[in-house]
Amino acid sequence: MKREAIIENIKVRSGKSLIEFTDKSKTRIYFTINKDILTQTVKYLFNDVKARFSTASGVDIRKAIEILYHFSIDEIGLIVTLRVILDKPDLEVDSLTPFMKCAEWIEMEMHEMLGVNFKGHPNLKHLLLKDDWPEGNYPLRRDI
Amino acid sequence: MARKIIPIGPYHPLQEEPEFFKLHVDGETVVDIDIEIGYNHRLIEKIAESKSFDQVTFLVERICGICSTSHPFAYVNAIDDLLGVTPPERALYIRTIIGELERIHSHLLWLGLAGHFLGYNTVWMWAWRYREPVLDIFERIAGNRQNYAMMKPGGARRDIFEEDFPWIKKTLKDLIPKVDMFKGAVMDDPVIHARTEGVGVLTKEDVHDYCLVGPTARASGVSIDVRKDDPYAAYDKVEWKVITHEGGDVYSKAVVRILELYESINIILQCLDKIPKGPIDSNIKDMPIGEGIGRHEAPRGEVIHYIMSDGGNSPARHKIRAPSYMNIASNKKAVIGETISDATIILAAVDPCYCCTERMAVVDYKTGKKLMDGEDLIKLSQQKTERLRNKLVR
Repeated sequence: MKREAIIENIKVRSGKSLIEFTDKSKTRIYFTINKDILTQTVKYLFNDVKARFSTASGVDIRKAIEILYHFSIDEIGLIVTLRVILDKPDLEVDSLTPFMKCAEWIEMEMHEMLGVNFKGHPNLKHLLLKDDWPEGNYPLRRDI
Repeated sequence: MARKIIPIGPYHPLQEEPEFFKLHVDGETVVDIDIEIGYNHRLIEKIAESKSFDQVTFLVERICGICSTSHPFAYVNAIDDLLGVTPPERALYIRTIIGELERIHSHLLWLGLAGHFLGYNTVWMWAWRYREPVLDIFERIAGNRQNYAMMKPGGARRDIFEEDFPWIKKTLKDLIPKVDMFKGAVMDDPVIHARTEGVGVLTKEDVHDYCLVGPTARASGVSIDVRKDDPYAAYDKVEWKVITHEGGDVYSKAVVRILELYESINIILQCLDKIPKGPIDSNIKDMPIGEGIGRHEAPRGEVIHYIMSDGGNSPARHKIRAPSYMNIASNKKAVIGETISDATIILAAVDPCYCCTERMAVVDYKTGKKLMDGEDLIKLSQQKTERLRNKLVR
Protein backbone atom coordinates (compact mmCIF):
# COMPACT_ATOMS: atom_id res chain seq x y z
CA MET A 1 0.00 0.00 0.00
CA LYS A 2 1.23 3.48 -0.81
CA ARG A 3 2.34 5.99 1.77
CA GLU A 4 -0.35 8.55 0.86
CA ALA A 5 -3.12 5.93 0.98
CA ILE A 6 -2.07 4.87 4.49
CA ILE A 7 -1.98 8.46 5.74
CA GLU A 8 -5.39 9.18 4.18
CA ASN A 9 -6.93 5.98 5.59
CA ILE A 10 -5.72 6.67 9.13
CA LYS A 11 -6.96 10.27 8.90
CA VAL A 12 -10.41 9.27 7.68
CA ARG A 13 -10.79 6.42 10.18
CA SER A 14 -9.66 8.59 13.08
CA GLY A 15 -12.02 11.49 12.36
CA LYS A 16 -12.12 13.87 15.28
CA SER A 17 -9.98 11.59 17.43
CA LEU A 18 -6.90 12.55 15.41
CA ILE A 19 -5.17 15.23 17.44
CA GLU A 20 -2.11 15.89 15.31
CA PHE A 21 -0.35 14.59 12.22
CA THR A 22 3.37 15.22 11.63
CA ASP A 23 4.97 14.43 8.30
CA LYS A 24 8.55 14.49 9.53
CA SER A 25 10.26 12.99 6.50
CA LYS A 26 9.77 10.59 3.62
CA THR A 27 10.15 7.58 5.90
CA ARG A 28 8.91 8.86 9.27
CA ILE A 29 5.33 9.91 10.06
CA TYR A 30 3.70 10.55 13.44
CA PHE A 31 0.02 10.51 14.41
CA THR A 32 -1.14 11.75 17.80
CA ILE A 33 -4.47 10.07 18.46
CA ASN A 34 -7.04 9.81 21.22
CA LYS A 35 -6.58 6.61 23.23
CA ASP A 36 -10.18 5.54 22.45
CA ILE A 37 -9.30 4.73 18.84
CA LEU A 38 -5.91 3.13 19.55
CA THR A 39 -7.13 -0.46 19.15
CA GLN A 40 -8.97 0.14 15.87
CA THR A 41 -6.04 2.07 14.38
CA VAL A 42 -3.53 -0.62 15.39
CA LYS A 43 -5.85 -3.33 14.02
CA TYR A 44 -5.95 -1.46 10.73
CA LEU A 45 -2.14 -1.20 10.59
CA PHE A 46 -1.36 -4.72 11.84
CA ASN A 47 -4.14 -6.74 10.17
CA ASP A 48 -5.01 -4.77 7.03
CA VAL A 49 -1.75 -3.06 6.07
CA LYS A 50 0.26 -6.02 7.48
CA ALA A 51 2.65 -3.61 9.19
CA ARG A 52 5.30 -5.01 11.52
CA PHE A 53 5.13 -3.83 15.12
CA SER A 54 8.65 -2.65 15.92
CA THR A 55 8.33 -1.50 19.51
CA ALA A 56 6.71 1.09 21.74
CA SER A 57 8.40 3.90 23.66
CA GLY A 58 6.89 5.13 26.90
CA VAL A 59 7.93 8.67 27.85
CA ASP A 60 7.20 10.52 31.07
CA ILE A 61 6.56 14.14 30.08
CA ARG A 62 5.79 15.07 33.72
CA LYS A 63 2.08 16.01 33.37
CA ALA A 64 1.32 12.95 31.29
CA ILE A 65 2.81 9.79 29.92
CA GLU A 66 3.19 9.46 26.19
CA ILE A 67 3.25 6.08 24.52
CA LEU A 68 4.62 5.91 21.01
CA TYR A 69 3.80 2.76 19.06
CA HIS A 70 6.25 2.31 16.18
CA PHE A 71 5.06 0.31 13.18
CA SER A 72 7.30 -0.54 10.27
CA ILE A 73 5.84 -0.97 6.80
CA ASP A 74 8.78 -2.73 5.23
CA GLU A 75 7.68 -2.72 1.57
CA ILE A 76 7.96 1.07 1.49
CA GLY A 77 10.49 1.53 4.32
CA LEU A 78 8.07 3.69 6.31
CA ILE A 79 7.83 3.99 10.10
CA VAL A 80 4.35 4.99 11.29
CA THR A 81 4.35 6.16 14.91
CA LEU A 82 1.08 6.38 16.83
CA ARG A 83 1.33 8.65 19.84
CA VAL A 84 -1.15 8.31 22.69
CA ILE A 85 -1.10 10.78 25.59
CA LEU A 86 -2.26 9.50 28.97
CA ASP A 87 -2.88 12.28 31.49
CA LYS A 88 -1.77 11.56 35.06
CA PRO A 89 -3.08 10.01 37.21
CA ASP A 90 -5.40 8.12 34.83
CA LEU A 91 -2.72 5.89 33.33
CA GLU A 92 -4.78 3.28 31.60
CA VAL A 93 -4.99 2.21 27.99
CA ASP A 94 -6.28 -0.85 26.12
CA SER A 95 -3.81 -3.69 25.75
CA LEU A 96 -2.87 -4.71 22.21
CA THR A 97 -1.64 -8.16 23.27
CA PRO A 98 -4.99 -9.98 22.79
CA PHE A 99 -4.70 -9.58 19.01
CA MET A 100 -0.97 -8.84 18.68
CA LYS A 101 1.25 -11.31 20.58
CA CYS A 102 4.42 -9.37 19.92
CA ALA A 103 3.19 -6.51 22.16
CA GLU A 104 3.18 -8.74 25.25
CA TRP A 105 6.70 -8.01 26.51
CA ILE A 106 6.84 -4.31 25.72
CA GLU A 107 3.54 -3.72 27.53
CA MET A 108 4.84 -5.61 30.56
CA GLU A 109 7.97 -3.47 30.41
CA MET A 110 6.07 -0.18 30.22
CA HIS A 111 3.81 -1.36 33.03
CA GLU A 112 6.72 -1.90 35.43
CA MET A 113 8.88 1.01 34.27
CA LEU A 114 6.19 3.71 34.05
CA GLY A 115 3.17 2.32 35.89
CA VAL A 116 0.80 2.25 32.93
CA ASN A 117 -2.07 -0.20 33.24
CA PHE A 118 -2.79 -2.12 30.05
CA LYS A 119 -6.45 -3.13 30.18
CA GLY A 120 -6.99 -6.70 28.99
CA HIS A 121 -3.33 -7.82 29.10
CA PRO A 122 -3.31 -11.54 29.96
CA ASN A 123 -0.08 -11.59 31.97
CA LEU A 124 0.77 -8.20 33.46
CA LYS A 125 3.63 -9.20 35.78
CA HIS A 126 7.27 -8.11 36.00
CA LEU A 127 9.40 -8.66 32.92
CA LEU A 128 12.77 -7.08 33.67
CA LEU A 129 12.57 -6.09 37.33
CA LYS A 130 12.68 -8.68 40.06
CA ASP A 131 9.39 -10.05 41.39
CA ASP A 132 9.71 -8.40 44.83
CA TRP A 133 10.35 -4.92 43.39
CA PRO A 134 8.61 -2.37 45.68
CA GLU A 135 5.14 -1.53 44.53
CA GLY A 136 4.50 1.94 43.13
CA ASN A 137 8.17 2.51 42.37
CA TYR A 138 8.65 3.18 38.67
CA PRO A 139 12.25 3.61 37.45
CA LEU A 140 11.48 5.67 34.35
CA ARG A 141 9.11 8.11 36.05
CA ARG A 142 10.35 11.66 36.48
CA ASP A 143 8.27 12.56 39.53
CA ILE A 144 10.09 10.41 42.08
CA MET B 1 4.12 -39.61 32.78
CA ALA B 2 5.02 -36.83 35.20
CA ARG B 3 5.82 -33.48 33.67
CA LYS B 4 9.35 -32.33 34.23
CA ILE B 5 10.86 -28.89 33.98
CA ILE B 6 14.23 -28.17 32.39
CA PRO B 7 15.63 -24.81 33.47
CA ILE B 8 18.06 -23.32 30.94
CA GLY B 9 20.11 -20.27 31.79
CA PRO B 10 20.30 -17.55 32.77
CA TYR B 11 23.98 -16.52 32.77
CA HIS B 12 27.06 -17.14 30.73
CA PRO B 13 29.94 -14.74 30.05
CA LEU B 14 29.60 -15.25 26.30
CA GLN B 15 25.96 -14.28 26.28
CA GLU B 16 25.07 -10.73 25.48
CA GLU B 17 21.53 -11.17 26.63
CA PRO B 18 21.04 -13.52 29.59
CA GLU B 19 17.82 -15.47 29.34
CA PHE B 20 16.16 -18.15 31.35
CA PHE B 21 14.14 -20.84 29.63
CA LYS B 22 12.05 -23.34 31.54
CA LEU B 23 11.25 -26.27 29.31
CA HIS B 24 8.25 -28.30 30.45
CA VAL B 25 8.80 -31.81 29.16
CA ASP B 26 6.65 -34.87 29.02
CA GLY B 27 9.02 -37.75 28.40
CA GLU B 28 11.13 -36.61 25.47
CA THR B 29 8.70 -34.02 24.14
CA VAL B 30 8.68 -30.34 25.01
CA VAL B 31 5.10 -29.38 25.87
CA ASP B 32 5.53 -25.82 27.07
CA ILE B 33 8.20 -23.19 27.59
CA ASP B 34 8.46 -20.25 29.98
CA ILE B 35 10.83 -17.47 29.00
CA GLU B 36 12.17 -15.08 31.59
CA ILE B 37 14.47 -12.18 30.82
CA GLY B 38 15.88 -9.26 32.76
CA TYR B 39 18.73 -10.98 34.60
CA ASN B 40 21.25 -8.45 33.47
CA HIS B 41 18.99 -5.45 33.20
CA ARG B 42 21.13 -2.31 33.53
CA LEU B 43 18.51 0.30 32.60
CA ILE B 44 20.84 1.77 30.01
CA GLU B 45 17.87 3.84 28.75
CA LYS B 46 17.91 5.73 32.04
CA ILE B 47 21.71 6.03 32.16
CA ALA B 48 21.57 7.57 28.66
CA GLU B 49 19.51 10.44 30.07
CA SER B 50 22.49 11.45 32.20
CA LYS B 51 25.11 11.33 29.42
CA SER B 52 25.79 13.85 26.68
CA PHE B 53 24.65 12.97 23.16
CA ASP B 54 28.23 12.14 22.18
CA GLN B 55 28.87 9.97 25.24
CA VAL B 56 25.72 7.94 24.57
CA THR B 57 27.42 6.55 21.45
CA PHE B 58 30.00 4.87 23.69
CA LEU B 59 27.40 3.83 26.24
CA VAL B 60 25.21 1.95 23.76
CA GLU B 61 28.28 0.28 22.29
CA ARG B 62 28.46 -1.62 25.60
CA ILE B 63 24.99 -3.14 25.22
CA CYS B 64 26.12 -6.08 23.13
CA GLY B 65 29.39 -7.92 23.41
CA ILE B 66 29.26 -9.53 19.98
CA CYS B 67 27.58 -7.08 17.61
CA SER B 68 28.90 -4.06 19.46
CA THR B 69 28.50 -1.58 16.60
CA SER B 70 24.82 -2.36 16.00
CA HIS B 71 23.50 -0.09 18.71
CA PRO B 72 25.79 2.90 18.03
CA PHE B 73 24.92 2.51 14.34
CA ALA B 74 21.17 2.72 15.04
CA TYR B 75 21.79 5.54 17.52
CA VAL B 76 23.73 7.74 15.08
CA ASN B 77 21.01 7.07 12.50
CA ALA B 78 18.45 8.30 15.05
CA ILE B 79 20.44 11.49 15.72
CA ASP B 80 20.88 12.09 11.98
CA ASP B 81 17.10 11.63 11.61
CA LEU B 82 16.41 14.04 14.46
CA LEU B 83 18.66 16.71 12.94
CA GLY B 84 17.80 15.92 9.34
CA VAL B 85 21.49 15.85 8.41
CA THR B 86 23.25 13.51 6.02
CA PRO B 87 26.84 12.80 7.06
CA PRO B 88 29.68 13.25 4.54
CA GLU B 89 29.82 10.46 1.97
CA ARG B 90 33.13 9.02 3.15
CA ALA B 91 31.65 8.59 6.65
CA LEU B 92 28.68 6.70 5.18
CA TYR B 93 31.02 4.21 3.50
CA ILE B 94 33.07 3.80 6.68
CA ARG B 95 29.90 3.04 8.66
CA THR B 96 28.85 0.47 6.06
CA ILE B 97 32.23 -1.27 6.10
CA ILE B 98 32.20 -1.54 9.89
CA GLY B 99 28.60 -2.81 9.96
CA GLU B 100 29.32 -5.54 7.42
CA LEU B 101 32.62 -6.66 8.97
CA GLU B 102 30.67 -7.15 12.15
CA ARG B 103 28.04 -9.23 10.40
CA ILE B 104 30.75 -11.56 9.06
CA HIS B 105 32.33 -12.25 12.44
CA SER B 106 28.98 -12.55 14.20
CA HIS B 107 27.61 -15.07 11.68
CA LEU B 108 30.84 -17.10 11.87
CA LEU B 109 30.55 -17.14 15.64
CA TRP B 110 26.98 -18.46 15.41
CA LEU B 111 28.00 -21.08 12.86
CA GLY B 112 30.67 -22.36 15.23
CA LEU B 113 28.25 -22.61 18.14
CA ALA B 114 25.59 -24.31 16.03
CA GLY B 115 28.24 -26.83 14.92
CA HIS B 116 29.19 -27.50 18.53
CA PHE B 117 25.57 -28.06 19.59
CA LEU B 118 25.13 -30.58 16.79
CA GLY B 119 28.33 -32.44 17.60
CA TYR B 120 30.43 -30.99 14.79
CA ASN B 121 33.28 -29.68 16.85
CA THR B 122 35.51 -29.33 13.80
CA VAL B 123 33.05 -26.79 12.36
CA TRP B 124 33.20 -24.97 15.69
CA MET B 125 37.02 -24.79 15.71
CA TRP B 126 37.29 -23.83 12.05
CA ALA B 127 34.53 -21.21 12.11
CA TRP B 128 36.20 -19.47 15.03
CA ARG B 129 39.61 -19.89 13.44
CA TYR B 130 38.44 -18.11 10.26
CA ARG B 131 36.70 -15.43 12.31
CA GLU B 132 40.12 -14.33 13.59
CA PRO B 133 41.26 -12.55 10.38
CA VAL B 134 38.08 -10.43 10.52
CA LEU B 135 38.93 -9.38 14.06
CA ASP B 136 42.46 -8.61 12.83
CA ILE B 137 40.93 -6.20 10.30
CA PHE B 138 39.07 -4.50 13.14
CA GLU B 139 42.27 -4.27 15.14
CA ARG B 140 44.06 -2.63 12.22
CA ILE B 141 41.21 -0.15 11.61
CA ALA B 142 40.08 0.71 15.13
CA GLY B 143 42.81 -0.63 17.43
CA ASN B 144 40.30 -2.94 19.04
CA ARG B 145 38.94 -6.38 18.24
CA GLN B 146 35.60 -5.44 19.81
CA ASN B 147 33.98 -2.11 20.76
CA TYR B 148 35.47 -0.33 17.78
CA ALA B 149 34.08 3.15 18.58
CA MET B 150 33.85 4.04 14.89
CA MET B 151 30.40 5.67 14.99
CA LYS B 152 29.81 9.34 15.69
CA PRO B 153 26.62 11.38 15.37
CA GLY B 154 26.88 13.17 12.04
CA GLY B 155 29.87 11.19 10.78
CA ALA B 156 32.51 8.63 11.64
CA ARG B 157 34.86 8.76 14.63
CA ARG B 158 38.01 7.99 12.64
CA ASP B 159 39.12 7.27 9.11
CA ILE B 160 40.18 4.04 7.43
CA PHE B 161 43.60 4.54 5.85
CA GLU B 162 44.04 3.99 2.11
CA GLU B 163 47.29 2.08 2.62
CA ASP B 164 45.37 -0.62 4.52
CA PHE B 165 42.88 -1.21 1.70
CA PRO B 166 44.93 -3.82 -0.25
CA TRP B 167 45.53 -5.87 2.91
CA ILE B 168 41.86 -5.71 3.95
CA LYS B 169 40.76 -6.75 0.46
CA LYS B 170 43.21 -9.66 0.39
CA THR B 171 42.14 -10.87 3.85
CA LEU B 172 38.47 -10.81 2.82
CA LYS B 173 39.11 -12.52 -0.52
CA ASP B 174 41.04 -15.24 1.33
CA LEU B 175 37.93 -15.80 3.42
CA ILE B 176 35.73 -16.69 0.43
CA PRO B 177 37.12 -20.27 -0.08
CA LYS B 178 36.62 -20.86 3.66
CA VAL B 179 32.97 -19.80 3.39
CA ASP B 180 32.66 -22.13 0.36
CA MET B 181 33.89 -24.92 2.62
CA PHE B 182 31.28 -24.17 5.31
CA LYS B 183 28.59 -23.89 2.67
CA GLY B 184 29.53 -27.36 1.41
CA ALA B 185 29.69 -28.73 4.94
CA VAL B 186 26.16 -27.57 5.73
CA MET B 187 24.41 -27.97 2.39
CA ASP B 188 25.87 -31.32 1.33
CA ASP B 189 26.01 -33.16 4.65
CA PRO B 190 23.11 -35.64 4.98
CA VAL B 191 23.43 -35.77 8.77
CA ILE B 192 23.11 -32.00 9.17
CA HIS B 193 20.09 -32.14 6.85
CA ALA B 194 18.53 -34.84 9.01
CA ARG B 195 19.19 -32.91 12.22
CA THR B 196 18.02 -29.50 11.06
CA GLU B 197 15.49 -29.86 8.24
CA GLY B 198 11.90 -29.55 9.37
CA VAL B 199 13.06 -28.81 12.94
CA GLY B 200 11.67 -25.75 14.75
CA VAL B 201 9.67 -24.51 11.80
CA LEU B 202 8.35 -20.93 11.77
CA THR B 203 5.86 -20.05 9.05
CA LYS B 204 5.31 -16.71 7.32
CA GLU B 205 2.26 -16.19 9.55
CA ASP B 206 4.42 -16.74 12.65
CA VAL B 207 6.84 -14.11 11.36
CA HIS B 208 3.98 -11.61 11.16
CA ASP B 209 2.36 -12.67 14.46
CA TYR B 210 5.59 -12.51 16.47
CA CYS B 211 6.96 -9.57 14.42
CA LEU B 212 10.21 -11.43 13.82
CA VAL B 213 13.22 -9.73 12.27
CA GLY B 214 16.54 -10.49 10.61
CA PRO B 215 17.71 -13.94 9.47
CA THR B 216 14.96 -15.53 11.58
CA ALA B 217 12.32 -13.86 9.37
CA ARG B 218 14.27 -14.23 6.13
CA ALA B 219 14.67 -17.98 6.70
CA SER B 220 10.86 -18.20 6.56
CA GLY B 221 10.79 -16.56 3.16
CA VAL B 222 9.93 -13.05 4.37
CA SER B 223 12.17 -10.64 2.54
CA ILE B 224 12.67 -7.91 5.11
CA ASP B 225 15.96 -6.12 5.61
CA VAL B 226 16.28 -2.55 6.85
CA ARG B 227 19.35 -2.07 4.68
CA LYS B 228 17.17 -2.55 1.57
CA ASP B 229 13.77 -1.34 2.81
CA ASP B 230 14.84 1.91 4.45
CA PRO B 231 18.36 2.46 3.05
CA TYR B 232 20.90 4.29 5.17
CA ALA B 233 24.69 4.71 5.13
CA ALA B 234 26.01 3.47 1.74
CA TYR B 235 23.75 0.43 1.36
CA ASP B 236 21.91 1.97 -1.59
CA LYS B 237 25.19 2.82 -3.32
CA VAL B 238 26.44 -0.75 -3.70
CA GLU B 239 25.01 -3.84 -5.42
CA TRP B 240 23.81 -6.66 -3.18
CA LYS B 241 20.78 -8.83 -2.61
CA VAL B 242 18.63 -9.86 0.35
CA ILE B 243 19.04 -13.57 1.10
CA THR B 244 15.88 -15.54 1.83
CA HIS B 245 15.05 -19.23 2.17
CA GLU B 246 11.63 -20.84 2.29
CA GLY B 247 11.92 -23.63 4.86
CA GLY B 248 11.53 -21.69 8.14
CA ASP B 249 13.49 -24.43 9.95
CA VAL B 250 16.92 -24.49 11.58
CA TYR B 251 18.50 -25.54 8.28
CA SER B 252 17.10 -22.47 6.47
CA LYS B 253 18.44 -20.19 9.17
CA ALA B 254 21.91 -21.66 8.74
CA VAL B 255 21.73 -21.32 4.95
CA VAL B 256 20.59 -17.69 5.15
CA ARG B 257 23.47 -16.79 7.46
CA ILE B 258 26.10 -18.56 5.38
CA LEU B 259 24.91 -16.95 2.13
CA GLU B 260 24.83 -13.56 3.85
CA LEU B 261 28.57 -13.93 4.47
CA TYR B 262 29.14 -13.71 0.70
CA GLU B 263 26.95 -10.62 0.44
CA SER B 264 28.77 -8.89 3.30
CA ILE B 265 32.20 -9.60 1.78
CA ASN B 266 30.85 -8.34 -1.54
CA ILE B 267 29.50 -5.12 0.04
CA ILE B 268 32.81 -4.35 1.79
CA LEU B 269 34.89 -4.96 -1.35
CA GLN B 270 32.63 -2.62 -3.35
CA CYS B 271 32.79 0.01 -0.60
CA LEU B 272 36.59 -0.11 -0.57
CA ASP B 273 36.58 0.46 -4.35
CA LYS B 274 34.00 3.24 -4.33
CA ILE B 275 34.81 5.16 -1.12
CA PRO B 276 35.36 8.83 -2.02
CA LYS B 277 37.99 11.08 -0.45
CA GLY B 278 36.87 13.91 1.79
CA PRO B 279 35.81 14.86 5.31
CA ILE B 280 34.31 12.25 7.66
CA ASP B 281 32.42 14.45 10.09
CA SER B 282 29.70 17.09 9.77
CA ASN B 283 30.62 18.61 13.17
CA ILE B 284 27.25 18.83 14.89
CA LYS B 285 27.19 21.69 17.38
CA ASP B 286 23.70 21.99 18.87
CA MET B 287 20.86 19.59 19.40
CA PRO B 288 17.44 21.14 18.75
CA ILE B 289 14.15 20.06 20.33
CA GLY B 290 12.78 17.11 18.43
CA GLU B 291 12.62 13.38 18.03
CA GLY B 292 14.28 10.85 15.79
CA ILE B 293 14.07 7.16 14.99
CA GLY B 294 17.12 5.26 13.78
CA ARG B 295 17.38 1.70 12.55
CA HIS B 296 20.16 -0.68 11.63
CA GLU B 297 20.03 -4.21 10.34
CA ALA B 298 22.25 -5.91 12.92
CA PRO B 299 23.44 -9.51 12.36
CA ARG B 300 20.36 -10.69 14.28
CA GLY B 301 17.85 -8.27 12.76
CA GLU B 302 16.48 -4.77 13.09
CA VAL B 303 17.81 -2.64 15.96
CA ILE B 304 15.65 0.42 16.57
CA HIS B 305 16.45 3.50 18.66
CA TYR B 306 14.07 6.33 19.48
CA ILE B 307 15.53 9.63 20.73
CA MET B 308 13.61 12.53 22.20
CA SER B 309 15.54 15.78 22.73
CA ASP B 310 14.35 18.72 24.80
CA GLY B 311 17.12 20.96 23.50
CA GLY B 312 19.46 20.07 26.36
CA ASN B 313 22.79 18.30 26.34
CA SER B 314 21.38 14.81 26.96
CA PRO B 315 18.51 12.80 25.50
CA ALA B 316 15.19 13.42 27.28
CA ARG B 317 14.24 9.85 26.41
CA HIS B 318 16.16 7.10 24.70
CA LYS B 319 14.29 3.92 23.80
CA ILE B 320 16.32 0.94 22.63
CA ARG B 321 15.02 -2.28 21.15
CA ALA B 322 17.34 -5.13 20.23
CA PRO B 323 16.32 -7.79 17.67
CA SER B 324 16.40 -10.71 20.11
CA TYR B 325 13.64 -8.98 22.11
CA MET B 326 11.29 -9.96 19.28
CA ASN B 327 12.99 -13.17 18.11
CA ILE B 328 13.32 -14.97 21.46
CA ALA B 329 9.55 -14.94 21.99
CA SER B 330 9.18 -17.07 18.86
CA ASN B 331 10.82 -19.97 20.70
CA LYS B 332 7.40 -20.46 22.24
CA LYS B 333 6.15 -21.50 18.84
CA ALA B 334 9.25 -23.22 17.49
CA VAL B 335 10.23 -25.49 20.36
CA ILE B 336 6.86 -26.88 21.51
CA GLY B 337 6.24 -30.39 20.24
CA GLU B 338 9.92 -31.01 19.51
CA THR B 339 12.24 -33.30 21.49
CA ILE B 340 14.70 -32.26 24.21
CA SER B 341 17.64 -33.24 22.02
CA ASP B 342 16.48 -30.74 19.39
CA ALA B 343 15.68 -27.96 21.87
CA THR B 344 19.32 -26.81 22.09
CA ILE B 345 19.65 -26.15 18.38
CA ILE B 346 16.17 -24.63 18.03
CA LEU B 347 16.76 -22.15 20.84
CA ALA B 348 20.15 -21.39 19.33
CA ALA B 349 18.75 -20.97 15.82
CA VAL B 350 17.46 -17.44 16.42
CA ASP B 351 21.05 -16.60 17.44
CA PRO B 352 20.23 -14.98 20.77
CA CYS B 353 23.95 -15.25 21.60
CA TYR B 354 22.66 -18.27 23.37
CA CYS B 355 25.72 -19.85 24.90
CA CYS B 356 24.53 -20.62 28.39
CA THR B 357 24.00 -24.28 27.74
CA GLU B 358 26.41 -25.53 30.36
CA ARG B 359 24.02 -24.07 32.88
CA MET B 360 21.11 -26.14 31.62
CA ALA B 361 19.79 -28.79 33.96
CA VAL B 362 17.00 -31.35 33.79
CA VAL B 363 15.29 -31.46 37.15
CA ASP B 364 12.62 -33.88 38.27
CA TYR B 365 9.68 -31.62 38.97
CA LYS B 366 8.42 -33.70 41.89
CA THR B 367 11.62 -34.55 43.76
CA GLY B 368 13.70 -31.54 42.68
CA LYS B 369 16.53 -33.93 41.94
CA LYS B 370 18.91 -32.96 39.19
CA LEU B 371 18.82 -35.52 36.41
CA MET B 372 20.99 -33.89 33.78
CA ASP B 373 23.09 -30.78 33.47
CA GLY B 374 24.08 -28.67 30.49
CA GLU B 375 26.92 -30.90 29.39
CA ASP B 376 24.59 -33.89 29.37
CA LEU B 377 22.12 -31.99 27.21
CA ILE B 378 24.75 -31.04 24.66
CA LYS B 379 25.92 -34.67 24.75
CA LEU B 380 22.33 -35.76 24.12
CA SER B 381 22.18 -33.53 21.05
CA GLN B 382 25.58 -34.77 19.87
CA GLN B 383 24.63 -38.41 20.42
CA LYS B 384 21.55 -37.95 18.25
CA THR B 385 23.77 -36.68 15.43
CA GLU B 386 26.08 -39.68 15.94
CA ARG B 387 23.13 -42.10 15.75
CA LEU B 388 21.89 -40.51 12.54
CA ARG B 389 25.38 -40.56 11.10
CA ASN B 390 25.78 -44.28 11.83
CA LYS B 391 22.37 -45.02 10.38
CA LEU B 392 23.21 -43.17 7.19
CA VAL B 393 26.61 -44.86 6.86
CA ARG B 394 25.00 -48.24 7.16
